[in-house]
Amino acid sequence: MTSALRSSTSLRRRLNIVLIGGAAVLALLIFLFVRHYTTQIAQQGQDNILKASVSSILDAAVIRNGTLEIDFPYAALSMLNTASDDRVFYAIYQDGALLSGYEALPPAGSESFNTISRTGRFNDVPVRITSAARRLVTSDGVTVISVAVAQTQDALSLTLAGISRTVAFFGAGFFVMATALSFWASSATIAPLNRLAQSITRRGPQDLSPVQKPVPSEMAPLVASLNTLMGRLDQSLRQSEDFIAEAAHRVRTPLATVRSHAEATLQRVEREENRKALRSMVRAIDESSRAAGQLLDHAMITFRADHLERQSLDLAALLRDLVDRLEPVAEMKDISFKLLAPEEVHVLGDPILLQNAFRNLIDNALKYAPAESVIEVHVTNGASACVEIRDQGAGFPPAQIDELVTRFARGENADGTIGSGLGLTIAQDVAVAHGGTLVLQNREEGGACVTFSL
Amino acid sequence: MRYFFLVVALVCSGPAGAQQWEDRQQFGDPDAPTLLRVLSSTDTALFAPVLNDFVDTVPSVSIDYHVAATAEIDQVVRTSSASFDVVISSAMDLQFKLANDGFAARVDGFEQPEWAQWRSSLFAFTSEPATIVVNREAFAGAAVPRTRQDLIRALRDRPDSFRARVGTYDVRQSGLGYLFATQDARTSETFWRLMEVMGNLDAQLYCCSGAMIEDVASGKIAVAYNVLGSYAMARDDLVDQIEVILPQDFQTIMMRTVLVSSGTPNPEGAATFVRHLLQRGQALSTLSATSLPFLDFTRPPAEQSTIALEPALLTYLDRLKSQRFLAEWEDAIIQ
Repeated sequence: MTSALRSSTSLRRRLNIVLIGGAAVLALLIFLFVRHYTTQIAQQGQDNILKASVSSILDAAVIRNGTLEIDFPYAALSMLNTASDDRVFYAIYQDGALLSGYEALPPAGSESFNTISRTGRFNDVPVRITSAARRLVTSDGVTVISVAVAQTQDALSLTLAGISRTVAFFGAGFFVMATALSFWASSATIAPLNRLAQSITRRGPQDLSPVQKPVPSEMAPLVASLNTLMGRLDQSLRQSEDFIAEAAHRVRTPLATVRSHAEATLQRVEREENRKALRSMVRAIDESSRAAGQLLDHAMITFRADHLERQSLDLAALLRDLVDRLEPVAEMKDISFKLLAPEEVHVLGDPILLQNAFRNLIDNALKYAPAESVIEVHVTNGASACVEIRDQGAGFPPAQIDELVTRFARGENADGTIGSGLGLTIAQDVAVAHGGTLVLQNREEGGACVTFSL
Repeated sequence: MRYFFLVVALVCSGPAGAQQWEDRQQFGDPDAPTLLRVLSSTDTALFAPVLNDFVDTVPSVSIDYHVAATAEIDQVVRTSSASFDVVISSAMDLQFKLANDGFAARVDGFEQPEWAQWRSSLFAFTSEPATIVVNREAFAGAAVPRTRQDLIRALRDRPDSFRARVGTYDVRQSGLGYLFATQDARTSETFWRLMEVMGNLDAQLYCCSGAMIEDVASGKIAVAYNVLGSYAMARDDLVDQIEVILPQDFQTIMMRTVLVSSGTPNPEGAATFVRHLLQRGQALSTLSATSLPFLDFTRPPAEQSTIALEPALLTYLDRLKSQRFLAEWEDAIIQ
C-alpha cells in the first residue's frame, strides 16, 4: 500500500538552519558591534582623563612679573593613576622649545589649540598621547604653551580584554538561547503537520471523511485539497461498489430467466438432437452464471480485502450454517457432509469474505467428489484457527498443485466439470487478506485436502 | 654568621670607576658563584641583618653592598643601569621615576598588595615616618613640642636658645629631604611657616639623617626637623640625649622601595633577592633582628600620611615645579 515517497530537505531542518544560522550571524554582529562600541567608550574614558590632566597643567601656566610659571597641581598626574599602574609621560613646550618633562614626547603641534588624542609610541611602548596648547600674552608679545601627556594602555587593554570576554559570553549565551528557541519554534511549527499525518494514519480503512480539526491557515489549502481528494475517492469507491452490486444483479437475473426458459423448452421438445442442444445450452448458461457470480465475487473480494474489516465471529457456526445450506445440493449427488467442529471457534475476520471462501472450497469438493462419498469439514482451534476440507475424489493433479490457485487455472481433470478457475483463487485471496494460508494437498488414502488456516 | 665578611670600603676602586661611595661592604662567601651588586641609600648597619639573612639562606650568592645618597643613586642608575642589580632607595619619587622611565625590571612570582607595589617592578618594603628629634637637655623644664605648631611656638618663644641650633635636610642635596619637604608643603601651610621660623634662626642644613641625629645628641643643635624616624629610633645608645617625636598634627610616612635594575645581567638572582627581602623582612622586624620598620602587607597604610606610589610622585620632580619649590624654600630658610 505505501510506496516510498521522494522527500527533499525536511522543513524542520530548513527552519533550524535558517534560524540557527541567523542567530550565529546576529551573535557575531552583536559581539563585534558591542566590542567596538565599548572600546570607544573605554578609550574615551582614558582620553577624558588625559584631557583633564593636560588642561590642569595648561591652566597652571601664568606669566608673573614677565616670567612664565607653571605650578601645576599634584592632581594633574595623580588623576592618571590606574589599576594596572600605567606609565605616565608628559612634556611642556614654550613656543616649540622644551620647558620641562620628557624631551622625546612632542606635542601635536604648537599651532593646534584643540585638544588632540592619538595613539603613538614613546620609549618603545605604545601610548595614548593627548596634547593641547594655550596662548599667553606677555609684555613682549604672545607665547604659546603646549602640553602633551601620554599614558600606556595596560589598564585599557585589561578593560578591553574583560569587555571582550563579557561580550563573547553574552554573544555565546544569545546564540545558545536563540538555538534553543529555534528548535522550539521549528518543532512547534512542525507539530500541526505531524498531528495531521497521525490523525490520517490512525483512521480506519473506510474512513474517508474530510479532516474537521482546525489546522494552521498555511496548511488549509493542502488539507482542503486532501479533503477534496478523499471526497472524490469515497465517491468513486462507493460507485464501484454500486457497480459491482448492479452488475451482479444485471447479469445473474437474465441468465436465470434464460435458464428457466431453456429448461421449459427442454420439457417440450421431443427430438433427441434438439434436447441435446438445449441441455448443452443449459450447461453453458450454468457455467456462465457461475462464472459471472465468481467474477463478481472475486472483484468484491479484491475490493474488500484491500479494506479488510475484521470483526469477531464464530468460525464453527459459520461453517455449520454453510454446510446446512449446501446439504440439498450434496444430497442430489448422494454425498454426505461430516462436520467436525468445537462448540465455538472465535476469530477476527470479515464474515462475508470467509463465507465466500469456504463456500467455494466446499463447492469444489462437491464438484469433484464421487457419488456416495463423504466430505469431511474439520474445524480446529489451535494456535491459529484452521479449517480442513477433505473429499474422496481423484485429488489434485500433482504436477499442477502449485498453479491451481492462480486466476482462471483449472486442473487437467476438470473437463466436464463446471467451473471458472476462480474458486481456489478467491479462497487464497481471502486467506492472504486475513494473514493466513491456503494449502492444497492430496490425501494418502486418496482425495483432496484443502487446509485453510487463519 | 659563617659567611659574614666585612670588607672596608675601597675608595675610588669600585666597578663604577670614580664613584665615591658613602660605604661599601661585602656579604657572604667571596667565592660564591654569583655576586649581586646592591645600590642602596640605607645605612649598612641597619640593613646588614637582612643581607646576612639572605646570604645565609642562599649561600651561592654573595652581595656587594654600596651605599650612596638618593640623588646619586638616581644618577648612577640612569647613566649605567647595568652596573647594579638591585636598587634600594628611600626617595620614593626618584625610584618611581626610574620605574616609570623603564629602568626597573618586572619581578613576578609573589603577591604584593596593590598599594605596596607599582607595575610589579617597584616594591615598597618599609614604613618610615619623618620625625622631629629634640635634644632632651635643650627642652629640660619646657614642654616638648608634639606638633609643628608647638615647635614653631617653642622656637619663637626662646629664639636665643635656638639660634643656629635648629637643623633640617638640605632639600637641594637630599632626595629624601626633598620628598619630605614637598609632601609636607602639599599637606599644610604650617611647613612654610616652620621653614621661615627656622630660617630666621639660621637653620643648619644637613645631607642626611645620621648627621642630624649625631648633632642633636651632641647638643650642637637642639631640634632637627624631618629626621628619618627609623634611624633615630635605631640609636638605642642615644636614648638619654635625644627624644624622637612623631608629630601629632600630621605625619609624613615614606616607604623605602626596591627595584631590580632593567640592565641587570642577572635578573633571576636579583629577583630572588627582592623576593627574599619582601617575604622575610617582616619576620626579621618581628624578631627585632633589624630596626628597619618593615611593612606589614596585611595592613594597608593610613590613607593620608603614607606617600602613595602613584604617578603624582613625578610632579615635584618636574623641572619647573622643583625650581619654583626650591626658590620658595631658599627664600624661607636662607636669610
